[in-house]
Amino acid sequence: MKVSITVNGKEHHSDVEPRTLLVHYIREVLGLTGTNVGCDSSSCGACTIHMNGEAVKSCTILAVQADGAKLTTIEGLAKDGVMHPMQTAFMENHGLQCGYCTPGMVMAAIGLLNENPKPTEEQVRVGLEGNLCRCTGYHNIVKSVLAAAGSK
Amino acid sequence: MAGSILGNRVLRKEDPKFLTSGGKYIEDLNDEPLFAGALHVTYVRSTVAHARITRIDLSECKLAPGVVAAFTAQDLGLEEEPAAYNPGAKRAHLAIGKVRWVGELVAAVVTERADQGEDAIERAIVEYEVLEPLIDLEQSMNSATHIYEGCGSNIVMGTVEMGMPDNTGDELFKDCEVVVKGRFMNQRVAPCPLEARGSAAVWVDGRLHQWISTQHAQGVRAEVVKANKVDAEKVRIITPDVGGGFGAKISAYSEELLLGNIAKHVGKPVRWRETRSESMVGLGHGRAQLQYVTIGGTRAGRVTAYQLNAIQDSGGWVDVGTVLAPFMTRPMSQGVYDIEKVECRTTSVVTNTTPIVAYRGAGRPEATAAIERAMDLFAAEIGKDPAEVRRMNLIPKFSEPHKTRIGHTYDVGDYSAALDKAMAIAKYSEARAEQAERRKRGDKVQLGIGVSVYVEITGGVDPMQEHAKINVLPNGRAVVFTGTSPHGQGHVTSWAMIASSETGISIEDIDVVWGDTDLVPNGGGTMGSRSLQQGGAAVQKVSIEIVDQAKKLAAQLLEANENDVVLDKSNGAFHVAGTPSISKSWSEVAASADAKSGLTQEGMFVANSATFPFGAHIAIVEVDTETGKVKHRRHIACDDAGRVVNPLILDGQIHGGIAQGTAQALLEEFRYDDDGNPITTNFADYTFISAVELPSIEVVHMETPTFVNPLGAKGIGESGTIGSTPAVQSAVIDALLPLGVRHIDMPTTPERVWSAISTASA
Repeated sequence: MKVSITVNGKEHHSDVEPRTLLVHYIREVLGLTGTNVGCDSSSCGACTIHMNGEAVKSCTILAVQADGAKLTTIEGLAKDGVMHPMQTAFMENHGLQCGYCTPGMVMAAIGLLNENPKPTEEQVRVGLEGNLCRCTGYHNIVKSVLAAAGSK
Repeated sequence: MAGSILGNRVLRKEDPKFLTSGGKYIEDLNDEPLFAGALHVTYVRSTVAHARITRIDLSECKLAPGVVAAFTAQDLGLEEEPAAYNPGAKRAHLAIGKVRWVGELVAAVVTERADQGEDAIERAIVEYEVLEPLIDLEQSMNSATHIYEGCGSNIVMGTVEMGMPDNTGDELFKDCEVVVKGRFMNQRVAPCPLEARGSAAVWVDGRLHQWISTQHAQGVRAEVVKANKVDAEKVRIITPDVGGGFGAKISAYSEELLLGNIAKHVGKPVRWRETRSESMVGLGHGRAQLQYVTIGGTRAGRVTAYQLNAIQDSGGWVDVGTVLAPFMTRPMSQGVYDIEKVECRTTSVVTNTTPIVAYRGAGRPEATAAIERAMDLFAAEIGKDPAEVRRMNLIPKFSEPHKTRIGHTYDVGDYSAALDKAMAIAKYSEARAEQAERRKRGDKVQLGIGVSVYVEITGGVDPMQEHAKINVLPNGRAVVFTGTSPHGQGHVTSWAMIASSETGISIEDIDVVWGDTDLVPNGGGTMGSRSLQQGGAAVQKVSIEIVDQAKKLAAQLLEANENDVVLDKSNGAFHVAGTPSISKSWSEVAASADAKSGLTQEGMFVANSATFPFGAHIAIVEVDTETGKVKHRRHIACDDAGRVVNPLILDGQIHGGIAQGTAQALLEEFRYDDDGNPITTNFADYTFISAVELPSIEVVHMETPTFVNPLGAKGIGESGTIGSTPAVQSAVIDALLPLGVRHIDMPTTPERVWSAISTASA
């Protein structure tokens, strides 16, 4: 099926199989490998991206469902070599270790602040429940998100 | 270390890449030219726990779309090989004649695309004659059905069998006023690195290049060499970015060890990547130790005798988990306490489950949990505060090696100071007062306070040494080659800090290389909390030595006496003492050594000894007595890992360890039904811990340097897990003490807590 999807500001016209998941389209067709796959049950959120400004798990959406949509992946966040404040906050607060959950976590965190610009610690924890990390114990991830919220 | 970068909170050099384009994990290596035309391998796995294979028919499978080849063990010329830890146990990388756990590999299918493999394996026909599934540890231990006939028993290793003294039973406690017994199941857990396993194998001119998500490329090379029956120089292992390991990615597995053979058979590069549900049964599990403890002492609170009988589940293969009980749990069984009589017997038993391997802490969390729960049972029995009983029995502060009764020698320790610090930050008496208030009021939500004091062993696996090389290039930049293998631990930053601290070359100008056996042929990898104390110490050693070497060259360039040349570390310049205006840079010195390759120093740091980090954790939880739901409110951790190189990274290691310990205490368990079918094969069923179930961690710093290495550093990778697990478990039980609850096995799920309350109240 023919789709037209804008990713990180660039429009792509592709012919995809109906069963292709959006995450596979992003990784394999577009070669944007920052978005990761960590599970096969939509539990981990490593594949989180933005679709029309909203954080979504790209493993639960078919590529054809994204026809006409505007997507942002981790590769599209920094502007002119300057990191997004959330990326900076993760760096300054050691919000990542092995880095595997990180792209999804950063995208989810930005989505969280879009909905709730000044969350409490508890709201950050609840807001990130769908994004799993095995390295950080979430402590510095929560700290990063709160720091990014403070800097807004 | 005044003036040194060491000890400072330095942000990680590796982060910008991970944050902007993402890491380059095995599945991201699309640009690798050697992968061109690669085929994909998918494995047919056993669907039964214990059975004889009566027929394997891959003919339909071979007709499926995209299938290039399909192989059984026979097709690949595989033979059964003995286990390293018990030669009576033999198996091949694809099952021959028998399967021993759900998920064991039976056949391999090679397809053009990865998704075709998933469809094709559905067409493989494997017929089984089902045997008695042995899932329960004690049932297996006593069964006449043997999982490995060659062992003549399901007991595959034991301290008594190895000639260590047996436990003496109740005789040990004959002089005790108080004796308490317990049976604790330290449950089976799944390591769950967020990146599942993956690998790729390519033969180039008779040499195998294999990429693998691993913690130890050099160890994997030895395994790949053996599996492919080639000489060591015919194998190169390359480690891309690795998305977590936690001990489970130390050794290579059958899935990975078959790839070279398969690639040779199909004459093309092959790639393999597991799904999460495969990983949950294919990647080794951790813990799984049944513990019978007896503790005795005086009514006043002095513990005089402690006995542990540990039965270790090895799972379906005699893997690393088998040896953790005798060689990690037993030596640490005495913990931080001065106990006159200590005994520990361990017995490792095979079952029809996923094999047990090392998982963060690997044998030490089990030792700590056993004695810490025993201390709580003892304290409850004599009606004393658990912190007070601990304090009465701690080994006093020592700065000379301390030999324990069980026969280990700890380097340095100050356990009561760690406990004091943790209790002060926790406001322990205030918490106890609030607990008393809630109890008095009969609140629905009760407060529980758990205390654990621990000592563990790090860098304790032979050979206790590490290799490093530093190369200063003619452009003034330096490259550090290390035998450790970071996968989240930030070695790029810490090793650059150590090298910078000795050479004065700025950390921005220092690169770190690891995990490619052509570039780093020797190395012990990252495991057992060894990296900084051995790998970091090796980087320090070669950095000091390259400065000595550089001074000789600088002396020639400056036409001065070598002994008069000093290095100004603030700008990385060599000059004659007292004459800083005339200097030679690292760039000039390196170029004078060799205009192309610069200056190189290589060496080995030999530690000869393990280190014994210690600490105290206090967990404060709320338990809803109507629903059994536990909320972890506060976690205070005082972990002493000796000298700290980068507190940012140290804290991160502690946080992560505590999350995994809390996960075991509250939520996670890998479970099977009675037939051996795994029932927690995805993150949702497994209840992988999320941000919601954790509080922010209150880290209390304490630094007691070790004399074992010049950095003064001990390991920190696993301490958090070791200290936190019993603290959190004990906190849950502590909340319910007035109801008469004395123990709840982990995980303390709402169902278990609610049942314990109901039973106690009945």
